[in-house]
Amino acid sequence: MSMDRRQFLKFSGIASILGFGATVADATNLITGKQLLPPQVDKNKETLTAKRWAMVVDMSKFKTDEDFQKTITACHSIHNVPDFRKPDGAPDRKFEVKWIWKSTYEKAFPGMESQYQSEHVKDMPFMLLCNHCTNPACVRVCPTKATYKLPDGITMQDMHRCIGCRFCMAACPYGARSFNWVDPRRAANLDPAKGGKVNPEYPTRTKGVVEKCTFCTERLAVGKRPACVETAPAGALLFGDLEDPNSEVRKIVTNKLTIRRKPELGTGPAIYYLIGGGDHA
Amino acid sequence: MLEKALEGSKKYWAWVFFLGIFALSGTYWYIRQFNEGLGLTGMHRDVSWGLYIGQFTFLVGVAASAVMLVIPYYLHDFKKFGKIVILGEFLAISAVTMCILFIFVDMGQPMRIMNVMLHPTPGSVMFWDSVVLSGYLFINALVGWVTLGADKKGVPPPKWIKPFIYLSIPWAISIHTVTAFLYSGVPGRHFWLTAVMAARFLASAFAGGPALLIILALIVRKVSKFDAGKDVIQAISRIVAYAMFANVFLLGLEFFTAFYSGIPGHQHPFVYLYKGLDGHSELVTLMWTSSIFAAVSLIMLWVPKIRRNEGLLALACIMLFSSLWIDKGFGLIIGGFVPNPFEEVNPYWPTYPETMITIGVWAIGFIVLTFLYKIAISVREQTAGVEIEH
Amino acid sequence: MKIYNGGPIFLGILVFLAIALFPFYNNFGKVNAKPEPKVDTPAIQEYEKANGKKECIESKEWMRGEHMQILNQWRDSVVRDYNRTYKSNSHPNAAPFNMSLQSGCMKCHSNKKKFCDECHNYLSVKPYCWDCHIQPEEKEEVKS
Repeated sequence: MSMDRRQFLKFSGIASILGFGATVADATNLITGKQLLPPQVDKNKETLTAKRWAMVVDMSKFKTDEDFQKTITACHSIHNVPDFRKPDGAPDRKFEVKWIWKSTYEKAFPGMESQYQSEHVKDMPFMLLCNHCTNPACVRVCPTKATYKLPDGITMQDMHRCIGCRFCMAACPYGARSFNWVDPRRAANLDPAKGGKVNPEYPTRTKGVVEKCTFCTERLAVGKRPACVETAPAGALLFGDLEDPNSEVRKIVTNKLTIRRKPELGTGPAIYYLIGGGDHA
Repeated sequence: MLEKALEGSKKYWAWVFFLGIFALSGTYWYIRQFNEGLGLTGMHRDVSWGLYIGQFTFLVGVAASAVMLVIPYYLHDFKKFGKIVILGEFLAISAVTMCILFIFVDMGQPMRIMNVMLHPTPGSVMFWDSVVLSGYLFINALVGWVTLGADKKGVPPPKWIKPFIYLSIPWAISIHTVTAFLYSGVPGRHFWLTAVMAARFLASAFAGGPALLIILALIVRKVSKFDAGKDVIQAISRIVAYAMFANVFLLGLEFFTAFYSGIPGHQHPFVYLYKGLDGHSELVTLMWTSSIFAAVSLIMLWVPKIRRNEGLLALACIMLFSSLWIDKGFGLIIGGFVPNPFEEVNPYWPTYPETMITIGVWAIGFIVLTFLYKIAISVREQTAGVEIEH
Repeated sequence: MKIYNGGPIFLGILVFLAIALFPFYNNFGKVNAKPEPKVDTPAIQEYEKANGKKECIESKEWMRGEHMQILNQWRDSVVRDYNRTYKSNSHPNAAPFNMSLQSGCMKCHSNKKKFCDECHNYLSVKPYCWDCHIQPEEKEEVKS
């Protein structure tokens, strides 16, 4: 933290000297920098910690469409994800924002389908979300470190810093990132004038920034598991520390057949899809 | 010298006024986009870059192409380019200005643009792109201004400017290489993941930029006493021909790799662009127009008889420029996003506001170009006939 | 005495004055009541009852000048380092505070209109906090 701040001050100092200018707040920060208090900050005691958070998805546990919907709704309503609708009530794909969503085998694993697979197999449902890659392309390309890796493996997004260049969206091979093309509060589900309701415990986003799944860092910080994990059918979404040999996710990844999306790209996705399912560890 | 831009004929002011109208309408639509968000454009979740970034990419090439005049003149002492090299440098300034404006109008949070400098990220190509572009703008403004100022006084330019001139050569290559790296360095976009991207960018830049310069030189000759010279234009047209050949060749390589390797993911964007995919063929006409223009203009430039006729040469240059504009300013971006990572085809087409903003930026660029050329031409007209040793 | 090019010169001076004096005549005649932020929300009164005094994370004077700095620090610290609790510097005996604008600051200062807006409007600063963060629900003040 103190390092960060020193670096920050150094950079903003250099930037100001070079005449790049700075935001008013940053300039004030520079001038009054010496008066800033030494940090007295800490984590919550109940914070859930890990060396490498990962998820195992067991699709066999999702039985009904309701299982999907309640999981998605839990995430999207907690995080104030806008749900844009056309006048006829159909989803408006133009402004679409999503953190976790239901897709199909064919779409989640393009190129894996084969000629004689039935439509039923090709359309088998898959739950998709940010892969929280070990070597994420989105983090590599971000020009402001607005998206970055947390020490516990989560790929995080700082909405305060994002400049909305959308390089991360071009870089992500998983389509996990959404841009706020308009003010998200215009969506019916977040606009009180249209009968919408926001979760007062979590912010919305502003227009012009990119967002995605955060593995619920705000819940981990208060000792809760991610919202999707809590609401999905028992055992459908397993969340744990991949570096911990005794964790459930580690045992499954070690002993069972799991697949990941596009592993050949070298991004190191941390979402593992369990094949077979049933009576696993 | 600036005052030269403020005195001109009625026609000159009519032209500036004409551009000003488009600049203003672009500004109006930009203010609306600023308030309402990029939802005003045709972009969406799957095609998250569009016309703006396409124009940016294309114009970086136009900016870099000044080097095709600087190299012969300063490195090979090709004296004939002495007059026109300033037009190349000033074209670069106007092009970089447009690049910066296109980046700016594409940003979701333009007020935070300084975050790029406040949180410098050497691992990001975008960071380097902003560094090299602003550097290039600075170098060209400095070199153009100092050499023109010296010309005005009838003295050779000062010695200290030489290192900047030489520096501008690798710097020009760097701006377009780094811009290509924006695309060729991301995983999962088959259309962009190609090692020849930077080479192709440079080839198309060295064809398109000088082609535009030929058109501009012919216009300048019409409206002023400034004549770049017939043989100079011929020399540039040969550069255009070679560079365009290289560009078409490199594009051919892309087709070979995609279709001979047989990898479906590599083929899909080409199929979408040139034939249509999943019932979507929005860009097919445009892409074939580009291909036909490329082939025809290349032949026209290749045959000496046609090339020496300046009317036909102008036509060839216009076709070539349009071909590259479609290919690089539009097809290249869309092909990277269609199909999307789920192999769905979600087409993109610019909206009216988006188009007006784009035209507005071009208009601003041309106003800058008009002013700069007016200054250069006025100085040249005064010193007409006086050959200056650089 | 004759002034050459008098017309353009005076026109230029006029334009300059018009721009330079804009803040003055723009605000002329507007009522600028001195802001008086209130710290008497139910949450604060409850805190006072439980702890015997009103106290913010730092002293009132310091907060008045530096709250934007602390918010900037907090946001980086929370989003990037998982930190969530802040130990006060000026009154070390106070329990750690929750580092959160929405679920920290505004839980006590639930009177945003009176506490934030009045000053910000007076000084004509427009922080963009509330583009994203949800402001506390406030009942319209009843004039008595």
